[in-house]
Amino acid sequence: MEYPKYLSYSSTHEWVEDLGDNKARIGISDFAQHSMGDIVFVNLPEVGDELLSGESFGDVESVKAVSELYSPFSGKVSAINEQLLDSPELINEKPYESWMLEMEDISDSEELLDADAYEALCDSEEH
Amino acid sequence: MAEDKVTPLYDKHVELGAKMVPFAGYIMPIQYSGIIAEHMAVREKAGIFDVSHMGEVIIEGKDALKNINYLLTNDYTDLRDNRIRYSLLCYEHGGAVDDLLVYRYNENKYMLVLNASNCEKDIAFMKQHLFGEVTLTDISDITGEVALQGPNSVAIMEKILGNSDSLPKRYYSFLDNVILDGSSCLISRTGYTGEDGFEIYCSSDDVVKIFSLLLEVGKDFGLLPAGLGARDTLRLEASMPLYGHELSENITPFEASLGFAVKLNKEDFLGKASLTAGSEPAKTRVGLKITGRGIAREGCIVKYGDEEIGYITSGTHLPYLDGAYAMAIIDKSSASIGTKLVIDVRNRPVEAEVVPLPFYKR
Repeated sequence: MEYPKYLSYSSTHEWVEDLGDNKARIGISDFAQHSMGDIVFVNLPEVGDELLSGESFGDVESVKAVSELYSPFSGKVSAINEQLLDSPELINEKPYESWMLEMEDISDSEELLDADAYEALCDSEEH
Repeated sequence: MAEDKVTPLYDKHVELGAKMVPFAGYIMPIQYSGIIAEHMAVREKAGIFDVSHMGEVIIEGKDALKNINYLLTNDYTDLRDNRIRYSLLCYEHGGAVDDLLVYRYNENKYMLVLNASNCEKDIAFMKQHLFGEVTLTDISDITGEVALQGPNSVAIMEKILGNSDSLPKRYYSFLDNVILDGSSCLISRTGYTGEDGFEIYCSSDDVVKIFSLLLEVGKDFGLLPAGLGARDTLRLEASMPLYGHELSENITPFEASLGFAVKLNKEDFLGKASLTAGSEPAKTRVGLKITGRGIAREGCIVKYGDEEIGYITSGTHLPYLDGAYAMAIIDKSSASIGTKLVIDVRNRPVEAEVVPLPFYKR
């Protein structure tokens, strides 16, 4: 399981890359994709949608089940990764390259964890 | 609830890296390498499943046939030795207690294979209704079972046995006392995947040895160990019902489109009065291809226009067909092939179309 140091993580298993300028990129962690299994569908918001911190912004469907995605910030969706709509399996293959959306004007951040703290959280959830 | 049981293969599954989950009172492997990889292996090469959790009972005695024919909805008077026939077991009110397979050894001896989750309930229910000279013996705990499924199954078994003489030739037939690696087994040409294959019943003491042998020999034939996840996607792709989804205490065999296994013309049987008296059921089981974006899962409401007409019984992305499909029980009036329906997927409308069952046929 990988936990890249340059990212921050939410307790609901999203990763966050700080792009500066009040912008961020969001995806789901290696732990999340692994526990979901084969991902076959992703439902994302549209560019321009306003999201609230802690609110569901979409979902990821694996063969087994559906998992909600939660926004770590309040802010506006400035881009979505359209490649994932046609090739959701990329999330399994490269979870940290398969960003889902970019947000701008972000505020009201959820509490985020660094890589070590997030790894400890995942370890505790596995047992 | 009683503590979950394990099958004799528990340690083997863990050694193979399986993800283990509670299912029907057992801790079972849901997947090893991944549901899609395991599903595709069964469709294109071969897969092996531990199904030792299934229930097996022997019904034996001078009145065995009469009892089988009274307990079950299908007709067994013309079933020949070494043949197998599917049936429902129904309550007096017509709802299903379980669905099961009946193996006929001879006129006076049968094996019934039951869903693990229903095994205790089935046995208690059947025992209440036995009559005459007959015994019902639960052999579930002393019986191990593995399913070898997929187009390479025959080649794998021939390699192990050295020939095909001791393999059942016909679908839904079986041979007993086949010696496999020194152990006596019953081998049937059956399965729950829509592929050719075998189910092998043996002593629970021998099941680890037999599973390991199949795994080893199967390697050269592309065989993968497969878990409950792939078992579910495979049976759904082949459009086979699963108790608790397409069938239940509240769903009659007719609503589940399983009328072929109910023989109303035979003598009295459990549920006959209700099933005969019931008018033509208003609901039926259909196949849906999801044409919109999304995945319909069990419990989602199905609508025709704005009108609620039924609900999804099973649904997911089907790996071989590479699309989202579902089975549903809906009003007959909106069930004709090609009808456009809308499914409520977590408050989002997703379009679907009624398509023929089965979704997949080899």
